[in-house]
Amino acid sequence: MSGLLEEIGATFGWLSLLQFGGTNAVVPEMHRQAVEVLHWMDGQTFANLFALAQLAPGPNVMIVSLIGWRVAGLAGLLVATFAMTVPPSLLAFAMSRLMKRAGTSKWLGIVKDGLVPLAIGMILASGWIMAASSNQGPLSIALTVAAAAFVAFTDYNLLWALGAAIALGLTVHRLVM
Amino acid sequence: MERTAPSRLDLFLGFAKIGLLGFGGVAPWARHIIVEERRWLDEREYASILGIGQVLPGPNTVNSAIIIGDRFHGTMGSTAAFLGIFCMPLLVLIGIALVYDRIADLPAVGVAIGAGAAAAAGLVIGTALKMARRLKFDVAAIAVGLAAFVSVGLLHVPMVWAIAVLGPISIAAV
Repeated sequence: MSGLLEEIGATFGWLSLLQFGGTNAVVPEMHRQAVEVLHWMDGQTFANLFALAQLAPGPNVMIVSLIGWRVAGLAGLLVATFAMTVPPSLLAFAMSRLMKRAGTSKWLGIVKDGLVPLAIGMILASGWIMAASSNQGPLSIALTVAAAAFVAFTDYNLLWALGAAIALGLTVHRLVM
Repeated sequence: MERTAPSRLDLFLGFAKIGLLGFGGVAPWARHIIVEERRWLDEREYASILGIGQVLPGPNTVNSAIIIGDRFHGTMGSTAAFLGIFCMPLLVLIGIALVYDRIADLPAVGVAIGAGAAAAAGLVIGTALKMARRLKFDVAAIAVGLAAFVSVGLLHVPMVWAIAVLGPISIAAV
């Protein structure tokens, strides 16, 4: 059991620092490790856990929490989550301190401003990819467009959009069935 | 817009709310709560922290949480933000994992999840559009943003390559 926890910690510990652009960047390698190299689970189980992690609340990095849970219960969940989140967080903290020390230096301002459009383009891309993978026909597309317009043009709480979409989806399903 | 500096408890509770409501991803909720609801940062400050969080490895919202926590309350602030963003979702996730096998086959659950996922994607897209609109991008910034969107969203270029190529271009051009 302790060997298994060490395996989980080591695997996610090094994967954690390869998450450039977010957790989804390392999902293919995570799949290879969990299914083909370490034989923790089959491909179908991995796909189910991935879908569940996407839909559950919280950062998408929590796919590793579910894998840890599946492989070694609560201890596995904690070790996997810790290994995947703490190394990059320490790096972000070091970066934060560097930025504080640099204060209002000109080069830092230029770098920060320069990265903003990149970050926003990446968010748009991830939304697009999510929309493509959740697309089940015209209703899905309409819900995505309506929710996007709701956020872009109003300041109301986002829960209204989610709640209305789910209610509408269930209503249409009931009418059609 | 008047800004309000959060206490450590505010940081923990604010990020706990972001984590708990972050169905389908936390990015829209993080911006909504930090910029609009609690007004800890303005649009531009938040966007620049998010930009740094994006180029570091790791989830950009978690990286941003660390930096925002440190900005207001140092190490304790970062710790509060980090624990906040993970505590509630972990509890919910354990709950879901426990009942998932029993409810996954109900048709209504599948329909609700499908509709919710479609709307969640819209929230992410709308958040990006709203930020671009409010920050009043010039032509160069719009070009970089679109290049990032096309390469990663449409052409499925791995994000690390897009960041390595577009990062320096973006810094030089914007």
